[in-house]
Amino acid sequence: MHPFLMKSAREMRDAIWQREISAVELTEATLTHVAAVEPEIGSYISVLDEHARTAAAKLDARVAAGEKPLLAGIPTSVKDNMCLTGTRTTCGSKILEHWVAPYTATAVERCIDAGAIPIGKSNMDEFAMGSSCENSALMVTRNPYDVSRVPGGSSGGSAAAVAAYEAALGFGSDTGGSIREPAAFCNLVGFKPTYGRVSRYGLIAFASSLDQIGPLTRTVEDAALMYDAIGGHDARDATSVNVPFETTADHLRTDLRGVRIGIVKEFATDGLGAEINGVYAKAYQDLAALGAELVDVTLPTAEYGLATYYLIAPAECSSNLARFDGVRYGLRVDGGNIGEMYERTRAQGFGPEVKRRILIGTYALSSGYYDAYYVRAQKARTLISQDFARAFASCDLIACPAASSPAFGFAAKSDPYSMYLMDYYTIPMSLAGLPALSVPCGWVQPDGASQPMPMGLQLCAPLFAERPLLGAAHAYEQATHHARLRTPGLGVSA
Amino acid sequence: MSVMEKYEAVIGIECHVELKTESKMFCGCRNVFGAEPNTNVCPVCLALPGALPVPNAAAIEHMIRAGLAVGATIPTFSKFDRKNYFYPDMPKDYQISQFDMPITQGGVIRYWLEDGRIGECRLTRIHLEEDTGKSTHAGSTDGRIAGSTFSLVDYNRAGVPLMECVSEPEIHSAQEAVAFLESFRRTLLALGVSDVKMEEGSLRCDANVSIRPLGATELGTKAEIKNMNSFRSVQRAIESEIARQIEIVESGGRVVQETRGWDEARGVSVSMRSKEQAHDYRYFPDPDLVPLEIGAERVNALRATIPPLPIERFERYTGTYGLNVKQATQLIDNGSLAEFFDACVRVSKNPQSATNFVLGDLSRLANESGIAVSDSGVSPEHVGELIALVESKTINSKIAKDLVERMWKGDGSPKAIVEREGLAQTSDPSAIEGFVLAVIEANPGPVAEYKAGKTNVAGFLVGQIMKASKGKADPALVQSLLKAKLE
Repeated sequence: MHPFLMKSAREMRDAIWQREISAVELTEATLTHVAAVEPEIGSYISVLDEHARTAAAKLDARVAAGEKPLLAGIPTSVKDNMCLTGTRTTCGSKILEHWVAPYTATAVERCIDAGAIPIGKSNMDEFAMGSSCENSALMVTRNPYDVSRVPGGSSGGSAAAVAAYEAALGFGSDTGGSIREPAAFCNLVGFKPTYGRVSRYGLIAFASSLDQIGPLTRTVEDAALMYDAIGGHDARDATSVNVPFETTADHLRTDLRGVRIGIVKEFATDGLGAEINGVYAKAYQDLAALGAELVDVTLPTAEYGLATYYLIAPAECSSNLARFDGVRYGLRVDGGNIGEMYERTRAQGFGPEVKRRILIGTYALSSGYYDAYYVRAQKARTLISQDFARAFASCDLIACPAASSPAFGFAAKSDPYSMYLMDYYTIPMSLAGLPALSVPCGWVQPDGASQPMPMGLQLCAPLFAERPLLGAAHAYEQATHHARLRTPGLGVSA
Repeated sequence: MSVMEKYEAVIGIECHVELKTESKMFCGCRNVFGAEPNTNVCPVCLALPGALPVPNAAAIEHMIRAGLAVGATIPTFSKFDRKNYFYPDMPKDYQISQFDMPITQGGVIRYWLEDGRIGECRLTRIHLEEDTGKSTHAGSTDGRIAGSTFSLVDYNRAGVPLMECVSEPEIHSAQEAVAFLESFRRTLLALGVSDVKMEEGSLRCDANVSIRPLGATELGTKAEIKNMNSFRSVQRAIESEIARQIEIVESGGRVVQETRGWDEARGVSVSMRSKEQAHDYRYFPDPDLVPLEIGAERVNALRATIPPLPIERFERYTGTYGLNVKQATQLIDNGSLAEFFDACVRVSKNPQSATNFVLGDLSRLANESGIAVSDSGVSPEHVGELIALVESKTINSKIAKDLVERMWKGDGSPKAIVEREGLAQTSDPSAIEGFVLAVIEANPGPVAEYKAGKTNVAGFLVGQIMKASKGKADPALVQSLLKAKLE
C-alpha cells in the first residue's frame, strides 16, 4: 500500500498543493489498493476507475495552473444513494440495480468542484434503511477492524472504505444515525450537520424531513474540510436553509475552556456493561480535563424518539418510494395490466426491510389512523425538540454515546426491533434536526472478538452550531488520539 | 305544471385551470402547450430518484390574485400536501397538492345571464397543485385502454401549475352553470393568470348534477359528468343529465351515484364507473417543501395589480351607463376594447356616445383592418374631443364620421383637424340661405315636383345643399330654411 493512503485528507491535499505527489499518482495508488482489499472488505458497489482518472488529470491541471482547491486530489467514497452523472446509483436495491444517474447531486458536485476524486459508489443498507449494511440487496460489506463484524449502517460502505484507506473522505447520509453509528463501528469521525445545511438535491430520499448528508473521515479536521466544501444554501432544495454559512476547518480548537457540556440523565451508560460504562466515564472526564464544565441535563421525552422515528420515517418513505413503479426507470417486471406490473415490480425489487417500512408508513398515514399515529408522532417530535432547546439553555454541547455497543457480528440482530435499538442515541438529534457527530473515544473487547473494537462519543450542538461542535470534537480528538490505537489488518503496513 | 317544473336541479362545478407561467410548478421546465412529447422534462418533473421540487413564485402570485378577485381570503400560512395514489401519468405516484390549508379560502363567483340577471355561487375551495402527464393507449382499434397492447406517456404536462376550483352546489340550471364558468373564465383572463382554453385543456371542468322535488332542501343522489370539452357541451350535458334523472325518478326509479362521460357526438352521457372506488389518498404535508408564509404586505401589493373585473364592468356598463347586455358583453369580451372604452368614458363623460363610437365606427375599422382599436392611432383623448365637438354641435355627424376615418389613419387630434381645415358646422342662417337659394336655382325640376306635392324630393335637395356647404351646414337649419323657401 502506498504510504500516502494512510495520511489524513488534509495532509494529502497539502502534499498535492506542494506537488509532492500528483492527483493522478494518488488516484492510481488508491485504485491499486482498492483492487487489493475489495475482495475482503466489499466497500464499493461500483469502482469508478474512469471517472477517478479523468477527475485526477483535471485536478492536476488546475494545480499546475496555480489553483489550490480545498479538497485537491483527495480520494472520496460516494454513498450509492447520491447521484453522480454517468454512474450506476443503486441505493443498494434491486429496483435500481442498473439505473445510471443522468445528473449529479449538489453535495457531490460541490465536493468534486473542490478537487475531490470520486473513487467509488459505496454499499449501503437498501434505501438507507438499516444499521449494519446487511440490508444491502447487492453485496456484503465487512468491518475492516474485524471482518466477521458489520461496518454499521446505513453508510457502511463509505465507513469501511475510509477505515480501510480506500478513500480519505466518505459521503454518508444520516436519517436516524446512518453516519454516526458506522463511524463509531469503524473508528471514524462521522458528522451529521444541521438539517438543511447540506443540500439534499440528488440524494435519493428515504425520509425527507430527516435525511442529511455528511462526512465520514479519519480526523475531525477532515470532516470539517469536507463539510466546508459541501455545505451552504442550494436553490434546488427548498428545505436547504438560507442562513449565512460558517466555515469550520479554520475554527478548530485545542481546549474546551468556557464550554459547558451537558451529560444527559436519561442516557446514563451504567446499563451498557462495566467496560462500556468505563469508556464513557473516561470520555466525560477527558472533556472536563480539557477545561469543559460538565453539567447535568435532562431529555425526558428522548425515550420516545425511537417510536416517533419509526412512524415519521416510514410514513415519508412510503410516499417517497412510490415512484419506483417500473414505469419510467429501474426494474420492471411485466404483468397482465398496469396494476400487476406495479405489484410484481415492487415485490421483486424491494427487500424485506424496505417493504416492512412501506407497510408501516402506509398504515400510519391511512385514514382513521393518521391522527393516532402520524399526527401524534409529529407532536412528540416537537416535544423532543423542545427538550433539547431547554437543555441547551444550560449547556453549549451535549455528550452521550453514539451507539450502545461496538460493531456486532453478521446476523447478530435478526429481529428488526433489536436492530432499530442501535439508533437509540442518535435518533433524538435527527428528530430535532440538530448537528451531531461521533468521534472515537476508546476500545472495548467484545465477547468472542480477538481484538478490541472501537466506540464512539457523540457530541451534539444547537441548530447551526457546527463551528463550536467541530471545534470541541477536534480538541477532544487531539487530546486523546483514541483512533490511533490500532489500524485495520488488511496487510496494511502502518 | 310540466314535469320539468316539478323538480329543481342542483349543480356543483369542479374545474381545473392550468396557470400561465414561464416554467412549471416545481422545476425550471418550460410551461407550453403542444411541444414534441417529452421535450419539456427534467429530473424533477420526471421524478428521477433524488430530485426535489422548488415552488414557482409566479404560480403562487397567480393564485393569490385569483383568490382576491373572487373575494377569497388569503391566510398568512398555507402548505403543500402529498396526495398519494399510483398512476402512470403521475411520475412521483403522488401529486403535490393542498389539502387542509390552501393558499386561498372561500370566495364567490358572480356571473350574469343572457337576460342581464346577476347570479352568484360560493366556492368550496380553490387550491394549487400540479398537473399530470398524458397517456396514449396504442394497439387497440379505438385508442381506448381496453384492448390496447401498450401505452405511451408524455410528461410535458406533468408538473404544470394547476388551480383546482370547486363550487358549492348552488347552481340550478345549465345556463347558470355556463354563465358561472364564463364569468370565471373572463375573470382569469382579465387577471392574465391562464389562457383558459378548453380546447387545449387549460380549462377542464366536471359537473356534479342531482335533482330534487321543488321546495325540498335535502340533496338528491348526484352523478358526476366528465369529458365536457366546450361551454356548449357543458350546457348540453347538464340539460341531458337533468332530463335523464327526472325521467328515472318519474318512472319510479332511483338515481345511482356514478361518474358519466359526455359523448358530444351522440349527445348522450355514458356511465364510466359506478360509485367511486373508496380512495384513501393518505394526504400528509410534503416534507420536501416548507410552509408558505404570505404577509399582508405582499397580499396588498398584489391586490393593487388587480384590473377592473368583468362582473364589475358588467354592472357599471348595464347599470350606470345604460348599455344593453349584448353591448356590455361585447366590450368585456374584448379586454383591451373595454379598457379603451373606459378611458373614453373617463375623458368624455358621455358613455352613450363613447359606446356608439367604440362599438360602431371604431370596431368596424378594427375588423376591416385587423388592428385592435387600442393599437390604432386613435387615442381615448381624441375620441373625447370628437364627442365634445359633436355635443357642442361644432360638427355634425357626417363630419364626425369622416373624422373617425382620418383619426384611424393617424391624422391626430380631431379638434386640430376641424380648426385647421375649417370644418366647423355652419349655423349662420344667412350663409346657409345662400346655399339654399343656389340649389333651388340650379334644380328647377325637383323644385317643381316638390311643389306638385312630391315632398320626398326634399331629401335630394338637402343633400345638394349639404354638398354645396362641403358638409358643414347644420342639417336641421338647412331643412327648415329649404321648407320656408319652397312653401
